[in-house]
Amino acid sequence: MTIGVIMLTHADFGRAARVARIWAAQGCPVAIHVDARVPRGTFEGFRDALADEPRVRFTRRFGCEWGTWGIVAATLAAARALLADAAVDHVYLASGSCLPLRPVAELAAHLAEHPDTDFIESVSAADVGWTVAGLNEERFTLWFPFAWRRRRWLFDRSVELQRRLGLRRRLPEGIAPHLGAQWWCLTRQTLQAILADPRRAEFERHFRHVWIPDESYFQTLARRHARRIESRSLTLAKFDINGRPHLFHDDHAALLRQSNCFVARKIWPGAERLYAEFPAPAPRPGPPDPERIEQLFARAEAERRSGRPGLYNQARFPRKDAENGKTAAPYAVLQGVADLFPEAGPWLARATGHTVHGRLFHPGRVEFANGDRGAPGGLCDSPALRDRDRRAFLTNLIWAARGQRQAFMTRPGETEDLTWFIATDPNARIVVVPGAWVLALSRAPRPFAELRSRAVALQKAEDAQIAILTSAHAKARVRIWPLAEAIAAPEGVLGGILDEVGAPPPGPMAPPPRLADTSGLPHFLRLLRDSGLRPPVPTDVLRAWPRPAVSAAARAAR
Amino acid sequence: MTRRRLLWRAMRQGRRLRPVADRTAAIRPGDILLAVVQRNEAVRLPYFLDWYRRLGVAHVLAVDNGSDDGSRDWLARQPDVSLWTTPDSYRSARFGMDWLTHLLGRHAHDHWVVTVDPDEFLVYPFHDTRPLAALTGWLDAARARSYPAMLLDMYPDGPVDERPYRAGDDPFETACWFDAANYTIRPNPVHGNLWIQGGPRARTMFADRPQLAPSLNKIPLVRWRRGDVYASSTHLLLPRGLNRVWDRAGGERPAGCLLHAKFLSPMVAKVAEEVERGEHFAGGREYRAYAERLARGGGFRTPWSTRFAGWRQLETLGLISRGGWA
Repeated sequence: MTIGVIMLTHADFGRAARVARIWAAQGCPVAIHVDARVPRGTFEGFRDALADEPRVRFTRRFGCEWGTWGIVAATLAAARALLADAAVDHVYLASGSCLPLRPVAELAAHLAEHPDTDFIESVSAADVGWTVAGLNEERFTLWFPFAWRRRRWLFDRSVELQRRLGLRRRLPEGIAPHLGAQWWCLTRQTLQAILADPRRAEFERHFRHVWIPDESYFQTLARRHARRIESRSLTLAKFDINGRPHLFHDDHAALLRQSNCFVARKIWPGAERLYAEFPAPAPRPGPPDPERIEQLFARAEAERRSGRPGLYNQARFPRKDAENGKTAAPYAVLQGVADLFPEAGPWLARATGHTVHGRLFHPGRVEFANGDRGAPGGLCDSPALRDRDRRAFLTNLIWAARGQRQAFMTRPGETEDLTWFIATDPNARIVVVPGAWVLALSRAPRPFAELRSRAVALQKAEDAQIAILTSAHAKARVRIWPLAEAIAAPEGVLGGILDEVGAPPPGPMAPPPRLADTSGLPHFLRLLRDSGLRPPVPTDVLRAWPRPAVSAAARAAR
Repeated sequence: MTRRRLLWRAMRQGRRLRPVADRTAAIRPGDILLAVVQRNEAVRLPYFLDWYRRLGVAHVLAVDNGSDDGSRDWLARQPDVSLWTTPDSYRSARFGMDWLTHLLGRHAHDHWVVTVDPDEFLVYPFHDTRPLAALTGWLDAARARSYPAMLLDMYPDGPVDERPYRAGDDPFETACWFDAANYTIRPNPVHGNLWIQGGPRARTMFADRPQLAPSLNKIPLVRWRRGDVYASSTHLLLPRGLNRVWDRAGGERPAGCLLHAKFLSPMVAKVAEEVERGEHFAGGREYRAYAERLARGGGFRTPWSTRFAGWRQLETLGLISRGGWA
């Protein structure tokens, strides 16, 4: 079997010459087309460099502006030259920056296993969306007098105008528009039929004005003539997010080898290692399977497009609500829990294995878990540094501690500036025991007037906060536990917290933490009520409390 | 208008540079250049130049600011360096930026240029397997003309002068620790750049006045056009479109890091000298803080420091982004 190779070239002729020799050395006749825009001196240097290679010939030169007919004209001319050699029974379309990954013998074996088969990606334009600029069928039916790369504005206006005026060119009869990657491998019969088609002049007249005909001329006409089409390319060629071909570098060598593809495009001209190592026999011969390398590119593209959730860095600083993940991982915010159970933090840490900080946003200090002076990522316990950018402090902590769940305590007002951010973050698990702060106040040895104004401030802050947490915009998981209920049945709150922040690991539960001293509470609440405030615990509940309520569990824990 | 004024300043200041070795005729189209101002960095320069040569920098535009440690002669002997010298004030040349703006306008038009200090080492995704030309070629294809690389302060385990740094040593064998995620970012609405602060310097020397902590955002790699100008060190460029290297819609643009090898033994002598000269930013505020810290023998390492393990680690930590380059 003889495979003829068409090589379209326009730059990096040192590499192109090398690749031409790789093909020729394995018995392939090679027809090289050099873009007519390449200066004569450069062209002649290239031609002379290959003068000693009898299997290489140069074909008539056409100007190959991107997306225009010249590329197809060049391909047709080169194909005719190759078919003149009666031995050629397949033609492979490649470029100067392609590199054969596997020996031609393996390619020949693959073709022999699939007799009469054309390997050409050929997707129905009517049924499937294609890539650039959203043009599918219109590529075939509009006029494209302006170069998309150089005159984008005029290109767009001209398309708009034709749409508005309803201008359409009629497709030649019997033609079903198909699109696909430029790089194909056709059988002699199919290629001959395309070249010798009695209506070829008519098709050419039409395709001369089709946009990017190199992705549609052969793809469409192969459907007309082929006996069997495998609609995929044997060349590994991927486009990046900018619509440019991905370049292969030395560090892709392993993936390229595993891909089992026969040819890769494009190779970065400086990729010494790739040019030195390929072509090489496939480690496990078989059909092309570029899945892993495609995954690599798809991941990179997803990262460019949507980024890593919860990351804020020099390359990614999303505006509000465009974050695609305000934080990197779930975390818990516990308000009032530490007032109710002074040892809630250590208990919760033991029960869940999470890192449970104290009041991270305490106005005067930063209470990291275990009394640490720092935290993952190099965060430190300076309140001034934290307050420089409090949101960044939180997002940095969650980002740096990925893999280790974080929880922290708050008091009303302490995270007022972050309430919206946290409330609209689906990663936040928020547990609030409203009014629990009153427990600390009821024990504080301070003049009542001072405590009263503190209570007013806390109450206001908490009301405003709860209004946000319970609004329709909130996306966090919020659990609000009435104080009276919490005091009456502390196990319920503890169980609820475990539900919210994550199930405890199997094994014996740690003994529940001690409930805070509530003995002064009824008296303090009465004082608040009688001073004209509405206490955070309803007064009818208060009436039911002649004595401080201490649960059996809490008593047992003492 | 600001840009015009800066260009005018650069022209005036630049005329006072005296050429020591002008090899700029050797610059070929497409060459990647390096621009640097140095003073008494004889110890740091050998490893520094080799780092960038390995990345494929073809020519270096260097300004020597009154060195007396032999570094000027050493630089003049390098075959790929063009060297100018001036005894003028570093501060009144906008910390060297006027000199560089002048040289870049003359010799770097339409070249990709890395502008860094001798203690800044550029890393980017795949820098160990793909030379700079691969990156700049890809940036060209994506129609990007500037590339950010924030400063990542690297520090040793103990005090900075614990182990002497000798010429040619890899600075990151000693200064191999860094802070992974204690940085704050604010967009600058006027110039369109991001202002980044934080890291070990903020945490140790500016913990009580973080607004004064040094800026860490930098845009050191630019496809230079005559008329471009660095407005504030390499933190900020004009025209300001060059500063829009970050994504506002949630995606990640390409970005690297400048590993900052400042905190090594040569710093001790430097600090003493610079406090005396007062030629650095804000009257050398930062250097006075260093002096205080050095006097107390303080290091930067904490239990929450991260040990450097290459660019893939920096990418995982979210300090750099490949931005679609794979």
